Amino acid sequence: MEKFISVQNLSFEYEAIDPDEKPTEILHNISLEIKRGEFVAILGHNGSGKSTLSKHFNGILLPTKGDVIIDGINTKDEEKLYELRQKVGMVFQNPDNQLVATIVEDDVAFALENLGVEPNEMRSRVDEALKSVKMYDFRLHSPHQLSGGQKQRVAIAGIIAMRPECIVLDEPTAMLDPVGRKQVLKTVRKLNREFGITIIMITHFMDEAANADRVVVIDNGRILADNSPKKIFSHVEAMRNAGLDVPQVTELCYELKKAGYDIKGDIITEAECIDALEKLLK
Amino acid sequence: MLKDITIGQYFPGQSIVHRLDPRYKIIITLTYIIMLFAAAKIPSLIPGVIFAVTALILSRIPFSLIGKSLKPIIPLIIFTTILNLFLYDGDPVIKIGFIEIAYDAIETSIMTIIRVIFLIAGTSLLTYTTSPIMLTDAIESLLAPLKKINFPVHDLAMMMTIALRFIPTIIEETDKIMNAQKARGANIETGSLAQRAKAMVTILIPLFVSAVKRAGELALAMECRCYRGDVGRTRMKQLKSGAKDYIAIILTMAFLALVFVLNFAFRNLELF
Repeated sequence: MEKFISVQNLSFEYEAIDPDEKPTEILHNISLEIKRGEFVAILGHNGSGKSTLSKHFNGILLPTKGDVIIDGINTKDEEKLYELRQKVGMVFQNPDNQLVATIVEDDVAFALENLGVEPNEMRSRVDEALKSVKMYDFRLHSPHQLSGGQKQRVAIAGIIAMRPECIVLDEPTAMLDPVGRKQVLKTVRKLNREFGITIIMITHFMDEAANADRVVVIDNGRILADNSPKKIFSHVEAMRNAGLDVPQVTELCYELKKAGYDIKGDIITEAECIDALEKLLK
Repeated sequence: MLKDITIGQYFPGQSIVHRLDPRYKIIITLTYIIMLFAAAKIPSLIPGVIFAVTALILSRIPFSLIGKSLKPIIPLIIFTTILNLFLYDGDPVIKIGFIEIAYDAIETSIMTIIRVIFLIAGTSLLTYTTSPIMLTDAIESLLAPLKKINFPVHDLAMMMTIALRFIPTIIEETDKIMNAQKARGANIETGSLAQRAKAMVTILIPLFVSAVKRAGELALAMECRCYRGDVGRTRMKQLKSGAKDYIAIILTMAFLALVFVLNFAFRNLELF
């Protein structure tokens, strides 16, 4: 797979209000490469800088030092800003604060209207986007008639309509109920598998991260670990030190292993855990 | 409790009035207002009245709904009628004790009553048959010529759209904050007016803070979706006018002309 995003020695700091004080550094010398079609989860506890990092992927924030290159475009290149934003779409935490229009289909069309797409072409792209998140039947509803999960899917449709190559989701399920979370995750996985869209998902839910191809752990503005979920979660102690949990099943197996039972240490899904426990009980 | 408030008062339907191009509907409503105010004599009000009643029947909006929108203005009607009757100079035609009422006063009163009632009824018909978003689109389109003098037409329309979009959200939030404050023992519903006004502060401050936060997040989300104001923008739903709109506007103009004809024909009319 070719490389799609390349973060090179990125540092980011907010200037202090008082000019005599030192600026606060949020990200420190981060280098990261993401390939086209990958599903990457970025994990970190509150204040680790994971949201700040995500805002660098489509030029909302610009690096203080270093560069972020998306598919050959440097995010500092102002002339290509709209091309960049079309390539990399962003979905935020609160679904309510992302919807602009009073009717679902108008909202999905919003980005296309901004890009000056032809009305007929727009119609077909809006319908297509709504169908791919399974919200087509709700196209004439107004956003406040929808549940949180449905609203978040509409927000995703609004991004998909732009036909982006990558979607960055900043804690998309943090404000949703379990049903809404499941719907959104299913949609995200489908977009990754069926349409080959690169997904970068910021989260602090461990079981969500376990779904990804790759997990990047951020702590204190630095990359702490970058590996497959299996490898990452098998270091239970290291994760705890970074203020993070591991999925419940991983923790269960870890504790069993510590107590002297013969069980694998890299279990991250419920199915695997059930298998292992069955074997153990036989 | 706050959720019951409907704003925009749109009453969905498929009637001919609903399906008219909203731009034409706005122009027709304005012409209709001129029709009511250009009438100089009582008979000249007839075209306006017929026009409104016909539109109302065509729209299939229940009469009771119009009645509802008229209720709040009853005190206003009574007040202006009293002022008109007693403060108008002229030859008195009715004398009861020291009260003298001039002919002109009676005529003006009757005309004001009819005008106000039909003004409200006609304009409510516009909001009942046109969704707020259609109205916003139509206003943007009608004001488009003002862009030449750098009037921010698009920004204004976008602001109206966002306001409409967030009314239910903010109402819901107000409800939540009120409940949260009540749970902490805030007394919002009882006490003197001053006390209640003071208690409202505990609701308004969190509401404002959250609204400002929302605005920031929304702006960010809009930027991520390539929003850059009016530059190179297209619309998915194009406003389309057709034969029915042209016929409607021609009819409206004919009614307006009729008002002027009647004004001329009855210029010396005295009913009694």
